[in-house]
Amino acid sequence: MIIKTQKSIAASEITDPLIFKQRRQIIKSLLAITGAGFAPAWASENKPMWDNLPQGDFSTHELTPTPLELIKNYTNYYEFAFNKEDSTDLAQHLAIDPWSVEISGEVEKPTRFHLEDMVRQQTLEERIYRFRCVEGWSMVVPWVGFSLASLLKSVKPLSRARFVKFTSVHEPEVMPNQRSNAMLTWPYTEALRLDEAMHPLTILAVGLYGDVLPKQNGAPLRLVVPWKYGFKSIKAIVKIELLEKPPLTTWNQAAPHDYGFYANVNPDVPHPRWSQNSERQLNSRFFTPRRQTELFNGYGEQVASLYRDMDLRHFF
Amino acid sequence: MMARIDKLWLTTLLACLIPLAWLFFDIAFDQLGANPIQALHIRLGDWTLRFLCLTLAITPVQTITKWRGMTTYRQMLGLYTFFYASLHLLSYLLVDHAFQWRMIGIDIIESSYIWLGIVAYIIVFLLAISTPKQIKKYLGKNWKKLHRFIYLAAGAGILHYFWQLKGNLVEPLFYLIIIVLLLGFRVLVWLTNRQLSKMMIPKSRK
Repeated sequence: MIIKTQKSIAASEITDPLIFKQRRQIIKSLLAITGAGFAPAWASENKPMWDNLPQGDFSTHELTPTPLELIKNYTNYYEFAFNKEDSTDLAQHLAIDPWSVEISGEVEKPTRFHLEDMVRQQTLEERIYRFRCVEGWSMVVPWVGFSLASLLKSVKPLSRARFVKFTSVHEPEVMPNQRSNAMLTWPYTEALRLDEAMHPLTILAVGLYGDVLPKQNGAPLRLVVPWKYGFKSIKAIVKIELLEKPPLTTWNQAAPHDYGFYANVNPDVPHPRWSQNSERQLNSRFFTPRRQTELFNGYGEQVASLYRDMDLRHFF
Repeated sequence: MMARIDKLWLTTLLACLIPLAWLFFDIAFDQLGANPIQALHIRLGDWTLRFLCLTLAITPVQTITKWRGMTTYRQMLGLYTFFYASLHLLSYLLVDHAFQWRMIGIDIIESSYIWLGIVAYIIVFLLAISTPKQIKKYLGKNWKKLHRFIYLAAGAGILHYFWQLKGNLVEPLFYLIIIVLLLGFRVLVWLTNRQLSKMMIPKSRK
């Protein structure tokens, strides 16, 4: 099955790939000069972790990825801090090796995987997806990941399984806001309906730009659901449970009127306090108009059928 | 003496432009982070609130120090509040939305946090245009009444900041505390004065 998106992107939206490469080179050399105690793995090694990965059928090829530097420095990671700058720095303290992931609940074969074993059994692909945050900004990320459906099939879901719940790591030692129990209920959890989880667009990502995920972007393993707001795409996953009943999810539990269970990108359903009609694309110049947000973040052709008879205003 | 005050006046006038110069510096040297458009916008909003707080702090400072020459500074800081608020509004319309009026219209209709910003801006605008002496004379006692609305503008401005945030509420909370303290001081002074004037009234006249 080949799924394509036919959205064309205005030439003005796209930055010359050559410039990206040059920028990356400049950044690398700068990091090399400064000694770069802070430099993550991708910068200190010359070779990326994965070379020439197959381009997934579901990549949106006509999109040009947002420069790595921006993707790395503009992340929400509330376990560490409520602002994007501090969370990037603090996330470097998270130990991610070794890492294991438990899959349990309504499955025939509950399994505890070592991350490397799990990844080895899957086919890694590069998937270039739009990423739209509920805060009204967006970027384009070349993820490295594998199909969640393929992983779930390997543990054989039982017929009564209806939902998939994901749980993030609980490390109060290194995560200040978990330590002080600030704002949300920790650890962070998210969930999908089983058909959403089994959809070919849904992936578990282990990298971006051909290299391992930077810690602030959810290393070593995160969910990516490109037609939903970013907060659904949970980071640093340690547990995946298949369930009969819909579980509570972190943001939905904290503010049910603001953040629905579905959280599908939808320009016609505003957040109670702000519009979702448009988005600021990262890497755009001053005086560039905002981008018109698309229903299902532009993936409507592939996923609209999942919500065929649903009132999207009610199930937001 | 006069010359010294004029010098201070000029220094203050120029010092209030430092945030703007600093912003231009950060734009020129690409220091605004991964989302510079939003950073610019927030920076201007922040400085609007800071100048508003400074403006409101003048009268309490005058009361405490008993220095009478500060009214001109209150006016200057008030006008700078209007100046930064106007830049904040312009950055929204032009830098972020590039004058795409349809998109701007939808955004305003659907974003309640913007309504609060508009309320605050209208108040600050009215206060700014009532600056000239002739208008002040014309308004008479109403001028003072009109200018009390500045506290409403401050409240709306802070709420405007609160409502567009998903998480980090520390900064707007900081402004809220300052405004509440300043307003509290004014109320306290007012209550004390009322008490005093009551005591001044001779008993026989009651």
